[in-house]
Amino acid sequence: MTIKLGVPSKGRLMEKTFDWFGARGIALSRAGSEREYAGAVDGIDGVELVLLSAGEIPRELAAGRIQLGVTGTDLVREKLGAWDSVVEEIAPLGFGHADLIIAVPALWVDVDTLDDLDAAAAAFRARHGMRLRIATKYHRLVRDFLREHGVADYQLVDSQGATEGTVKNETAEAVADITSTGDTLRANHLKVLSDGLILKSQATLFRARRAECSKDDRAVMADLLVRLKVD
Amino acid sequence: MPDQTISKAAERACAARLRARFEAAGAEVVDAPMLLPAETLLDLYGEDIRARAYITSDALRGEQMLRPDFTVPVVQMHMQEGAEPARYTYSGEVFRRQEDDAARANEYLQVGYEVFDRENPAAADAEVFALISDLLDGLYLRAATGDIGILTAAVQGLRTTERRRAALMRHIWRPRRFRALIDRYAGRSPVPEARAALLAASDPFKDAGPEIGLRSRGEVAARIAILHEDAAAAPLSGEEVALLDALLAVRETIPNALEHLHDLSVDLPAISPAVSRIEARAEAMEARGIAVDTLEFEASYGRTQMEYYDGFVFGFHAEGRPDLPPVATGGRYDALTRRLGAAAGHPEREIPAVGGVIRPALMLTLEEAGA
Repeated sequence: MTIKLGVPSKGRLMEKTFDWFGARGIALSRAGSEREYAGAVDGIDGVELVLLSAGEIPRELAAGRIQLGVTGTDLVREKLGAWDSVVEEIAPLGFGHADLIIAVPALWVDVDTLDDLDAAAAAFRARHGMRLRIATKYHRLVRDFLREHGVADYQLVDSQGATEGTVKNETAEAVADITSTGDTLRANHLKVLSDGLILKSQATLFRARRAECSKDDRAVMADLLVRLKVD
Repeated sequence: MPDQTISKAAERACAARLRARFEAAGAEVVDAPMLLPAETLLDLYGEDIRARAYITSDALRGEQMLRPDFTVPVVQMHMQEGAEPARYTYSGEVFRRQEDDAARANEYLQVGYEVFDRENPAAADAEVFALISDLLDGLYLRAATGDIGILTAAVQGLRTTERRRAALMRHIWRPRRFRALIDRYAGRSPVPEARAALLAASDPFKDAGPEIGLRSRGEVAARIAILHEDAAAAPLSGEEVALLDALLAVRETIPNALEHLHDLSVDLPAISPAVSRIEARAEAMEARGIAVDTLEFEASYGRTQMEYYDGFVFGFHAEGRPDLPPVATGGRYDALTRRLGAAAGHPEREIPAVGGVIRPALMLTLEEAGA
């Protein structure tokens, strides 16, 4: 048996994760060619690197098929019900910062808060005969947030990419999306609601609570956490 | 794990017994499809229903919802073909998505009884409550009752603008936003900075950016005009807010609650008709042998979960088992028939309706625990 560590398989998130572990004496690397999703771990025995899409890591942690995983807090909270009974946050990694926010057209000078959004949604529904559409891929997080704050008369429409463009294309009236600098929002003539911050997310190392561990695995895990200085 | 020790066969047998009792009380047995068009339910409940119901879809019919309760399909069926007055009973699975608590059942049987009768609402309320109360006899449940109608009457009677009353009515079932609105209308919470700046701006559209999306510049301007109007409106008086608070806090036995409500209606005359309805209902309940003197009335009961109810509401709870949902719930839903009738192009088919449901598996769980 080995401890399986799930890491995003692509791009900056993978590189920065490799850097974070490398700085702590655990060298992660991709085995073979660029296109091969296999990895190698140097500096500790008994740990296996599994390269996965960041969006699949929450599910794999929940199923206990990997014991450790690096992914965004946004994805864990969106995809896992009762997430903190399924996974444990070991350490925020200090990169991959992104805020999940609600944004509306800058044209809506009358809308600055959720209270305004709710009132605008009621008027929109009365006028257009449909609930105000908010484009997002974070359905659960957005719905819970809006319910918590008592916003009604809206509907979520699914958008898996180019979400900021949906308003101009008239497939949504507002968006709920991840932003780091806000540049894309501004370029698309959108503004963030002053109380529209749903979640501050960053890349985080998670441990699966329900994964089976042998005695040896537990020793490896304890050793690894000490070396990562997060025990 | 409330429902899991109960076998499906036992649950079905219990459900059949309950339905037979409702039938004996004069109800016609009806059924409803398990898959309902999602759009109707989404329009009624809003996006929140997605967190509580399972939605599936196909390329032909679009989104379908696994029946979260029977009320909506039974009302639709009645409005299509029902004769009046009508009494219906049904028994079948309902499905509830559970995202936070794995111990809660996501599929269970519900047995219900619904009365469509415009003659004597108090008697119909009492009939439903007494029948269900009788069926639950011996389980030592705590019955709670309330009346959403008293709160809506109080809101309708507030001395403020029609727009404010409408906004409060819209959030009766969202106590937190309701409270925020009251605080704002009463001038208790500060005007947000951005709102103040907007109202003071000579050209509110100065930084507006281009016109994009379906909500037009004209709609934005219309709301700004409304905000100006609202800023000029007199604040809700402290006295009225105090009365509303006192009303929401009423929680005592029905005779005491009625006395209290009569006192409040001196200063809140708008609630008088609603108080009379509660009184008439209490008399009708007493006539059916309900111990009204010890029955509880909570003015806020049902405000968070029972959104289509707009009058009498009730629930039967297992005391000492806060882990269990209510064993039975019900209430009056006149507005639902109005909305579904309007949606079907028949607003004139509105009909006062009251009903309730029992969860057999919870009855069996309690019987087993008590045995």
